[in-house]
Parts: sequence; structure tokens; C-alpha cells
Amino acid sequence: MAGLSELAARLRAELGAAKVIDDRQELRTYECDGLAHYKVVPGLVVLAETTADVAAVVTACTQVGVPFVARGSGTGLSGGALPHADGVLVVTSRMRTILDIDRDGQRAVVEPGVINLHVTRAVAPTGYYYAPDPSSQQVCSIGGNVAENSGGAHCLKYGFTTNHVLGVEFVEPSGEVVQIGGKAPDPPGYDLLGTIVGSEGTLGIATKVTVRLTRAPESVQTLLAGFDGTDAAGQAVSAIIAAGVIPAAVEMMDALAIEAAEAAVHCGYPEGAGAVLIVELDGPASEVDAQFAQVRELCEKAGAFEIRVAADDAERALFWKGRKSAFAAVGRISPDYIVQDGVIPRTALPEVLRAIADLSSETGVRVANVFHAGDGNLHPLVLFDDAVPGQAERAEEVSGAILDLCLEHGGSITGEHGVGSDKAKHMPRMFTAEDLDTMQLVRCAFDPEGLSNPGKVFPTPRLCGEVPGRHRGAHPLVDAGLAEQF
Amino acid sequence: MTGPAGVLDVLRQATGGHAEPAGDGDAVDGVPARFVAAPGSTEEAAAVMRTAAAEGLAVVVRGDATKLGWGTPPRRLDLIVDTRRLDRIVEHAAGDLVVITQAGVTLAALGERLAGDRQRLAVDEVVPGTTVGGMLGTGVAGPRRMQAGAVRDLVLGVTMVRADGVVAKAGGKVVKNVAGYDVAKLITGAYGTLGLVTEAAFRLHPIPPAAAYVSVRLPDAASAYQAAQSALHGQFVPTAIEVDRPEPGGPVEVAVLVEGTEAGVAARTAQAVDALGPGAARSDRPDWWGTLPAGGDPSVLVKVTTELAGVGRLLDGVDRAAAAAGTTVAVRGSGGVGVFHAALPGTDPAAVAAFVKALRDAAPAWQGSVVVLAAPPPVRSEVDSWGPVPGLDLMRRVKERFDPDALLAPGRFVGGI
Repeated sequence: MAGLSELAARLRAELGAAKVIDDRQELRTYECDGLAHYKVVPGLVVLAETTADVAAVVTACTQVGVPFVARGSGTGLSGGALPHADGVLVVTSRMRTILDIDRDGQRAVVEPGVINLHVTRAVAPTGYYYAPDPSSQQVCSIGGNVAENSGGAHCLKYGFTTNHVLGVEFVEPSGEVVQIGGKAPDPPGYDLLGTIVGSEGTLGIATKVTVRLTRAPESVQTLLAGFDGTDAAGQAVSAIIAAGVIPAAVEMMDALAIEAAEAAVHCGYPEGAGAVLIVELDGPASEVDAQFAQVRELCEKAGAFEIRVAADDAERALFWKGRKSAFAAVGRISPDYIVQDGVIPRTALPEVLRAIADLSSETGVRVANVFHAGDGNLHPLVLFDDAVPGQAERAEEVSGAILDLCLEHGGSITGEHGVGSDKAKHMPRMFTAEDLDTMQLVRCAFDPEGLSNPGKVFPTPRLCGEVPGRHRGAHPLVDAGLAEQF
Repeated sequence: MTGPAGVLDVLRQATGGHAEPAGDGDAVDGVPARFVAAPGSTEEAAAVMRTAAAEGLAVVVRGDATKLGWGTPPRRLDLIVDTRRLDRIVEHAAGDLVVITQAGVTLAALGERLAGDRQRLAVDEVVPGTTVGGMLGTGVAGPRRMQAGAVRDLVLGVTMVRADGVVAKAGGKVVKNVAGYDVAKLITGAYGTLGLVTEAAFRLHPIPPAAAYVSVRLPDAASAYQAAQSALHGQFVPTAIEVDRPEPGGPVEVAVLVEGTEAGVAARTAQAVDALGPGAARSDRPDWWGTLPAGGDPSVLVKVTTELAGVGRLLDGVDRAAAAAGTTVAVRGSGGVGVFHAALPGTDPAAVAAFVKALRDAAPAWQGSVVVLAAPPPVRSEVDSWGPVPGLDLMRRVKERFDPDALLAPGRFVGGI
């Protein structure tokens, strides 16, 4: 594309040749993110090192009408960082500096390419950590977490990325750099930050992120409980919540997921279990001690036939090993699989799991279930063999039908993986045309030309057009707070 | 355009008869309205907003009118939409810790209903009488915000009517959901300038079985900051850390709330006493707890935010601003959130203006902002209520897309939005 080669030349001149990639072979390295069956070779890649680099790329793209897509570590599971063939992929993984650790103020300021777990490692000596812990936290970037509003196993108690990001330095699609929020809460005006976090790179690119640091708990206790089946395990979860306990994490795996995990990592889960629960409590030792006894009792009452309590961090890690390896482990029992991400109200768990089991037996497609039981976030793993004609399509159908089940029960088509390229087509099943139109008013305000990560989140772009009866920009007196316009 | 009598007819049709010509009390910050309409459902609210759009009526949404003086006065006003008929708690899914409620329900009524299941929406009723809609519109929250999060962190989804009368939903009713833009956060704290919220879903928390307060009276800002920091960095997980200083340069009370199990609270209360240092003791709930300070009659209420490491600088800055302006001031807020409220007498507009200017000039030292929430009209006209607003251009563009004809609370928000 002629436009792209001119753009490449311009960016080489502005940023230096080493930051601009247009060699076809090298470009292929970036053709997908963590959802590897979607592949698009980007038109151009820029390895940004500074805010000025990002602003320069975005400005150049906007001037010539070329789309741009931001990418952190490329671990996303919805194709949110899937490149645009005629666009520029702005890679932030070289922006890896932790700029400020403010223990007294419980904040850190980091560049977007900083790895999630590195924030916790850097602040650990002060007795703090960064709470959002997506399972890819050893490799995923804070910038990507901001884009996707990433969750993790401990969301039930601690919330998501959006609850832990206080500010961003942000490159608008116009190329303007703005500071939104910061170390202090409640900046005057609209909560733009709340809209930016989770917007999947469609509103612009964050170049610095101010995050909340959380005090490390005095005590952590974890138990592993084996049940005959998911119904009993689900009852235990309901009983724990009904008792007024908010665990740091409640994770469930069903028989097939356990089988896969055993095959892969020999996690030694209770033999013969039709479901296992991992329940973790953290907080002040006096509270954890009181509630842990209660949780244990509730698990027993619900029919747990074996309960193990982690004696130390090593044993806790072993409990978690099976759970954390579950996605990859399914590769041991099936050549191919789809990782689904849906949400239901927690109380609908038994009903939905039975419906998934029925779906599985009707279609002959095996489904392994791994989920964040506390907040109703399901990760069904739909197994298939791509070598067998028709299986991939059937698996896709089952995977889609599971989302329908989530929606029928008042849930969501995604709890933490995002909409991206993968689920844009499902958005009209959850939202009306008016709902989607309203969201796109925000898009039009930020990015009227639709150049920032186009094709993601929304099934059909909204034509923004000009706002009738309004002119761009404010009178300087208004900006100075000396007069009001309109 | 329909004549005034015709407009009233249409509004009555839209609301099943619940529309009237505005009366004496139906003004916003001294700006009188022409009509008041009280929709009883989202559909009725949409019909009201379609009428407003067709007739070009400027609209301000009103719940129990407890914070109607917050925000700058509207540039113009035709119609007050009264949300009090939207008084239904739609669904309390106790097992899911979620509630869906209409906007006109008061926090008190909601709290009463949820308490039956030992649950709560963890937002303190800072201004008595506040409705769910008023809480969303202003984002006002109290001490518990430190542990449970702000209103924006607890709202899961909203049903809203846009300026053009279109009904839209955002978010959902499950605690975990990343499908689409989080318009619910955008509309929280927007002072009714982006849409009329008719219904919202919130995340709930269990009511802990036990609670205790620990407080200490300290001579100055520096020691109060140290006490608050000590509580903040402890591992006993306080629900809230509040700071109250009734007079400039005077003593400061720091109080901590600990909630949990009976056994846990007993142990943690001792930890809190240690953290707050000499003189700290378990106490009753301080009488100022969870309320806004008052500055006399008329009173000016100013919201001042800070980085958590700047609490001491903020308290000193308030002192200096009061001294420079020759006024007294009471200040109260959270040492664990960084949101404070200052209240001063509203009798001398020039003194208030001098105070606000001095405080705003100093605020970069604690990375905070200074916003005048409430003030009598003579003071309003003397002060810049909002101060500098980073990202204002983006905000204007958002407003233009949502409300191109500037019908929703025109002039009530930052930068004349």
C-alpha cells in the first residue's frame, strides 16, 4: 500500500529506523494475539519507546487516515490486539519503566508495557501489591489490562482493573496527549477514565498508568475441597456467600477439567472428585481464622468428602497449580479447544451447569468447566479435533449456545476476556441497537474517524457525522473559566 | 412548537397525568422552571424526554432535591423531571449480592430493604434524603468508600433515557462484565447532563456482624496525618479512616471504623488503637461521622481532593487559605480516600472567592482539585466553581454527542456543559 510506505518513511525520519518494522517476515511475528486462530499481518509495526513516539504515530495515522491498533504483550484472548492489514500496530512492550512507587500514597505510576506481575514484584518490599491478577499476569502488560479491564481469580473481593486504575496519560486519536485522573480521586468533570478502561483500545492509547497499590494481607488461608459433583460444590459456594463471607477467591473445576489438570501437572486433587473447589480467604489473621473455620464447616455440610488446608505457600501454590494450568492442560485430553468466557448470576450456577451438560450430551461435544465460582464467571473449555471434518463447527455452535445460556440467565457474553474481534458479532444478543448506538456516541466523541482499533467491540461502526448546530472547540475565555458559551 | 398549555397536556399524557405547571418551590439555584413532570416508569420518562426534545425544553432531573444546589445554576430551565414516582426496588438478588432499583428510591428505603437480608449498598447516606438517582448524579459517598469503593465502583449497570428520548442500557446485573463501554461510570457524577437514569444495578456487600470505632484527638495536622497514615498502612483493614478539624489550626480528630466478625473486630480494634497512637481509644461513633461539615447559614461547601500522601499538606493548605481570606473553615474527610469537604460561611462572597483561589493555587502541592459544591447565589457569581478541568475538550465532545441541543441541565457542569 503506497500510503503505508510513505507513512513508514515519515515515521523512520521522526522516530528512527530501529522503531519501524515493515519487513514482511518480521511483521508476521505480530499477526495474532492470544487468540491465535485470528490472523492478520499488520501493515506496519512501530515499537514505541515514549509517549512522544505514540503521539507521533497516532498523529501521522490520523493525518493520512490510516487505522492504528495498540498492542502490549499480545496475550489477549478475544483478538483485541488483532492487527489491521492496512494499518499500524503500535507496540508498547518497550515502554517498561516503573516511573514512581509511592508507598505512602498507595500508588504506582507505570508505563503501559510494564508486566502486571512486575508491579507487584517491584512494590513487594514496601508490603504492598497490585491486586488485579489475570492468569497471564507473568507476561501480560498493564496497558493491555487497562484496555481489557482485566480481571483474575481475586476479583470477587478486590475488583477489576477499572477499580485499581486512578489515572492515565492518554494519546487521543487526534494525537493530543491528555492527563486523565492521577494520584488523587475524583478529578472534576466526567469519569472519562471509567470509560477508557475496558474500551479495548478503541478510544486511544494509554502511555502512563497510575495504579492503586493494595496492602498485603496479614494472613492468607486456602483450602481445597473435593465433591461428588458440581451441584454440591455450587451449594457450598452459595452457602459461603449467604453466610456473609467474601472470600478472596472461589474457584471450581469439574471432572473433565480435573482429569486434564491431573494429566498435565499431577496436581493430586482428591481422587474420584466430580468437582473441586479452591477457597481462599485473606485479611487480618483474626478475621481469616474465624471465617475459615466457618467456610470449612459449610463445605462439609454441602457434602465435601475431602478437605485439605494448605499448610504453607508451597502447598497453596500446588492447589493453584491445577487451576492455573487448566486451560493449557486441556490440550492433553483434546487436540483443539475453545476457551469460552461468559458470566451468569452466581445463583444460576447449578441450572446452567446442568444445561451445559445436556448440551454436551446432545451434541457429543465434550465441555470441561473451569470457573470463578464466586462471581459467576464461567470458562467452559469446548473440546474438538480440527482434523475431523465438522467438529470445529459443532464446537463453535456449542460455544455460542453456552453464551446464549448466560444471556438467558441475565448474564454477560464476557466477564474478563473482552469482546475484541471474537465477540463483536455477539454484542447484539446482549444489547439493543439503541444500547450499542449510545456506546458509540462515546466512540464518536473520542474518535470520530474511527481509526483507533477499528472493527473491535462493535459489530457495525456508527457513522459519526458532524454534530448539528455545534462548532468545534471552545472560546478561549471559556477555557480560561472566564466566560460560558452556548 | 406547541403552546404552554399544549406542552402541559402532552406531558400529562406522557406521565398518566403526573405533570403540573411549576410552583414556587420548583426552581434550581434560583432559576424557575415552567413545568414539573413525574414519570412513573422508564417508558413514561422516555415519553417526557421525547416531548422535551421536540419542544426544546431545558430539563433538570430532581429526586428529593437534597443536592439541587450542587453544580452551577442552569443557563435556562423549562422542565423539572421529578423521579420520586420511580420508587420501586425492582429486584434484590440476595444470593448474587446484587440489587436493581429505580432512581427515585431513597438510600434509606433501599438500606432498610437490604438489611432484611443482612446486606447493604456500601454508600453512606452523607446527605439525608438522598435518592439513588441523586447519588449517581453527584457521585457523593461517605467514609465506607475507602474499603468498598466509590459509587462508580459499585454501579453495575444503568437504564437511561437520552436527551433525544431514546432508552438505552449499559453494563448489566452481574458483578463481572466487560461487554461494551462502561457508560454507567460515565453517567455517574455527570450531574444529569448526559441522560436521565431511571434504573440502576448495584453490587452489594454483606453487613458485618460487628463494628467498632477507635478515635484520637490530636493537636495538629502533622500528627493527624501521621495517625491516618499509620492506620492506612496497618494490616487490620479498616473500613474507613476519617479526619475532622472543626476550626483552622485547631485540634484534629482521627477516627477509624473496624467491621467484621465479633472475634475479628475485638482483635483489630486493639490494632487500631495501637496504630492511632497515644490517647487513642475505642469510642462511640463520633457525632460528625458520615456527615458533611457545615459553615453556618448560608454555608459554602467545597470538595477538596488529595493524593493520600498529601493529607497533611491539604490540611495546612486549608489553614493558610482561610487565614489569607480572613474566614473560618471546618474540614472533614477520608485519610484513606483523599476526598475532603471544607465548609465556610457564605456571607462574604469576596472572602469565599479569596479562600477558593488560595486553596486552588496551593492544591498542586497535594495533586488535588478544588470544587465548590454548594454556595448561595452571590457567592456563586464571585467564584469559579469548578477550577481547572483536565480533559475538558474531550468532555465537551462527549456532551455534544449525547446532548447536541444542550437540553439536559445546561450550564450545570464543568466548562459550562
